[in-house]
Amino acid sequence: MSLAIDGCVVEPIIGLEVHLQLATRTKMFCGCALEFAAPPNSRVCPVCLGLPGALPVVNSHAVELAVRTGLAMHCRIARVTRWDRKSYYYPDLPKNYQISQYDQPICGPGHFELPFGGHIRKIRIRRAHLEEDAGKNIHPGDGITAVDLNRAGAPLLEIVTEPDLRSADEAKEFAEQLRRLAAYLGVSEANMMKGQMRFEPNINLRIRKAEAVFVTPIVEVKNLNSFRSLHGAIEYEVQRQFDEWRETGRTTAVGNKSNRGWDDVGMRTLPQREKEEADQYRYFPDPDLPVVKLDPAWVEHLAEELPEMPIPRTERFTCEYKLPVRDAPALVDDRATADLLDHAAEAGADKATLGKHFLGCWSKLANERGVTVAGLGLPPTAFGELAELAHRGVVSATAAAQIAGEIVRCWEAERRTAKPEALAETMGLVQNRDEGQILEWVEQALAANSKAIADSRENPKKAAAICGFLAGQVMKLSAGRADPKRTRELIAQRLESV
Amino acid sequence: MGSTWTTAAEIRTRVVGGESSATDICGQSLARIDAGDSEIRAFLEVTREHATLRARALDADRAAGGPLGLLAGVPLAVKDNICTRFARTTCASQALAEYRPPFDAAVIERAERAGAVIVGKTNLDEFAMGSSTEYGAFGLSRNPWNLECVPGGSSGGSAAAVAAGFVPVALGSDTGGSVRQPAAFCGVVGLKPTYGRVSRFGLVAYGSSLDQVGTMARTVGDAAALLEVIAGPDPRDSTCLTDPMVDLGSRLSDAALADAARKLRIGIPREFFGAGLDPEVEQAVRGAIAVYQRLGAALIDVSLPSMPHAVAVYYLIATAECSSNLARFDGVHYGHRTSRPPQPRANPTEHLYSASRAEGFGAEAKRRIILGTFALSAGYADKYYGKALQVRRLLNREMQDVLSRVDVLIGPTTPTAAFRIGEKSANPLQIYLADTYTIVANLCGVPAISIPCGFARCGLPIGMQLMAPHLGEPALVQAARLYERETDWHNCHPPAFQ
Repeated sequence: MSLAIDGCVVEPIIGLEVHLQLATRTKMFCGCALEFAAPPNSRVCPVCLGLPGALPVVNSHAVELAVRTGLAMHCRIARVTRWDRKSYYYPDLPKNYQISQYDQPICGPGHFELPFGGHIRKIRIRRAHLEEDAGKNIHPGDGITAVDLNRAGAPLLEIVTEPDLRSADEAKEFAEQLRRLAAYLGVSEANMMKGQMRFEPNINLRIRKAEAVFVTPIVEVKNLNSFRSLHGAIEYEVQRQFDEWRETGRTTAVGNKSNRGWDDVGMRTLPQREKEEADQYRYFPDPDLPVVKLDPAWVEHLAEELPEMPIPRTERFTCEYKLPVRDAPALVDDRATADLLDHAAEAGADKATLGKHFLGCWSKLANERGVTVAGLGLPPTAFGELAELAHRGVVSATAAAQIAGEIVRCWEAERRTAKPEALAETMGLVQNRDEGQILEWVEQALAANSKAIADSRENPKKAAAICGFLAGQVMKLSAGRADPKRTRELIAQRLESV
Repeated sequence: MGSTWTTAAEIRTRVVGGESSATDICGQSLARIDAGDSEIRAFLEVTREHATLRARALDADRAAGGPLGLLAGVPLAVKDNICTRFARTTCASQALAEYRPPFDAAVIERAERAGAVIVGKTNLDEFAMGSSTEYGAFGLSRNPWNLECVPGGSSGGSAAAVAAGFVPVALGSDTGGSVRQPAAFCGVVGLKPTYGRVSRFGLVAYGSSLDQVGTMARTVGDAAALLEVIAGPDPRDSTCLTDPMVDLGSRLSDAALADAARKLRIGIPREFFGAGLDPEVEQAVRGAIAVYQRLGAALIDVSLPSMPHAVAVYYLIATAECSSNLARFDGVHYGHRTSRPPQPRANPTEHLYSASRAEGFGAEAKRRIILGTFALSAGYADKYYGKALQVRRLLNREMQDVLSRVDVLIGPTTPTAAFRIGEKSANPLQIYLADTYTIVANLCGVPAISIPCGFARCGLPIGMQLMAPHLGEPALVQAARLYERETDWHNCHPPAFQ
């Protein structure tokens, strides 16, 4: 996506590094619990404190979550993956090296299909690797630095894209869809407020002026922890780099990549003091950890177990269940409810009716209770049975909603599974399709409204409205039980014949 | 009542049979330390109170008819780089001068569970880096055979404690020969197990891919019994093998030995008898080979062509790993922190790191940290560290090949007997080269043992070394015992301590 600025065609080139905290119960290399906002240094042990003599042990659940994420991004999963030490000195890094993965990451190249601007954009994934998080430096004032190591050793998956993103909007959309994916797979809570998803975009510009092309130096913006800051940082950098290029003419060269930080209040990036020789991480294989061999059969099994991903599922839901484009994503993102919907459809219920019920009566009942539809805890058969009842015209839409309410009430009050069909009977909501009976109600309605009939004869334009009005009267007379379709047909016939 | 030279096996028999109490045995050991250690300085800390309590508890257990372990009542000395809850673990470094670990090493747990009574923590070269026990921050240890000589190192304190009769058994650690070389210098048995045989959990790391806890004793049987106790799988160390330890004691019975010599195939690697080997040492080892020949063993000339590179390979890999392992001693979380204020314009965090480390580490540790940091630096890692890994693999293949054709290899443990204190401190390279024979076993991860095989004219003991294939400890101790049974070296004790 190119922009035109002052006679130049400017194309932002953006790659993204995403740190995702995995939803394991314990840390990456020890048994400490992962718990947000626990008292400082209360979730630590000799291993995550880096005490002498302590040794790391790989959390196999983190390995599984990484593989599942990689599979969902079509990554090549390593047969053998290795742990490396990345050395740098920082007070929140107790061993002064981080256990990470250097040249044999768990997930190799893959891609992510991102619907954006009416197209499907293929964003290539370069790699994804596991590593341990650092702790947190806290500056309580008076020049004191305190260190909280509760987060030290939390399992992170670092996902690195190729520089395939072309605008702040697109990068933000990608990040949001990635978060959706992670939540969907259950691999990460991806809670931005808890710092469970953090971004580091690499940004530069390809500028075309007349026939010449200029590429600006790459800037990496560190540690962004919201979609807003990600978007803001990219927008800011695009303008700043363009201005800087116009002023200095500086273009990309070996060694002139720089890091910048983000000022969330001023909404701007600021130069960061470079760590001395930042490329000197002295990676080498961690001698405390043997390589991890991933059994291809196990990986295959995980691949088979992958759910349908949120983007294609949303598309399918809008088609199959006739969901409005606006409402479909929210329903899909609640995976348990979406699964319930699919199961009801698989059992044979009418899809359009199910779609209406899930967005209508069931959602309403769930909202009233502050839960999701799946959270209502109803037996799965209830949804399909009610939909079928409505679809066959046994009950009206209004009656279906009443029955749904009663099903929930029975379940909550008595843990009793009430059959929709039986409820329709006992509640007297079964639609009447007895031709003679409906005709009787129609005649009563006509007799009581002779003026309306006269009007319809004088003004054919009003005929449809009058027909609707009369149908309403029949519904009243029948206490809502007259089949609405048949009622309308009979009214129309009668009006014509008059 | 036991004498100074009572073996661990005899002590156990007496304690189990009620002839001696653990309390008396412990008291005698402590008394010998009190009497003799002011000269030797084998111990950094004598854990009098802890030992006495343990011994009493053991006697109470016995009185109550509780089960008694393989080391019931046996006084044990522990190298001070093995974590103990009940005593400081200093690694003979200012960096950890006051450090008290919050957990016991796996080997401590196991030794105590088997009834061992830990009487103290022994001296070493700082962080186990050295071959003379001259490089500890808290003073040097002396050789019981000649107080002007070094006891070897880095487990010099443990070797001296056993040789002087303070304890029958001791734990050391062996990264490049640190158990076997001091054992040879002090005329005792030193056993380095297969890499992974013993859990490293709680052993303060020096070169993690080479480190292994080893046992020291005056007899092969005692060294084997202590190994049996401490060996075996441990989920806290991912490099620890899952193979269960076999019963070594039964391999040492007269019945088991009766036929063993005639089936024994002994390899004599040409490279162990080249330039630099003291003729007196060579003569003693040749004498030992003659004993095996007399017993009916088959002697086979073999070769490890890459052995001349072993020292270079070792000092690249060990120092690379140590530079990373020792990065954590920065004064931030525990250990020595500088009290000097930073210069006015200095970065206070960097000052904290550099001053704490400059004050915390001695010259040899600094030399190795610098060497290792260089070997891993960008632009040099492939040339040095990477190349060293390649040669290590080559050496492993050669070792595997040779050990597929013989049961054990034989050679000297060291090129000379113990040298005089201060004699080699001006020339670290000369000390490094003296590690040639022992280093090979660490680089290949195979088990090796040093046992006494004679004396130099000056009266200092000489050691010979046997090596066996991976997990070949049974064959190794059997071969060692065959020789021990034919000789009387293990009954020779330092004159000053008779």
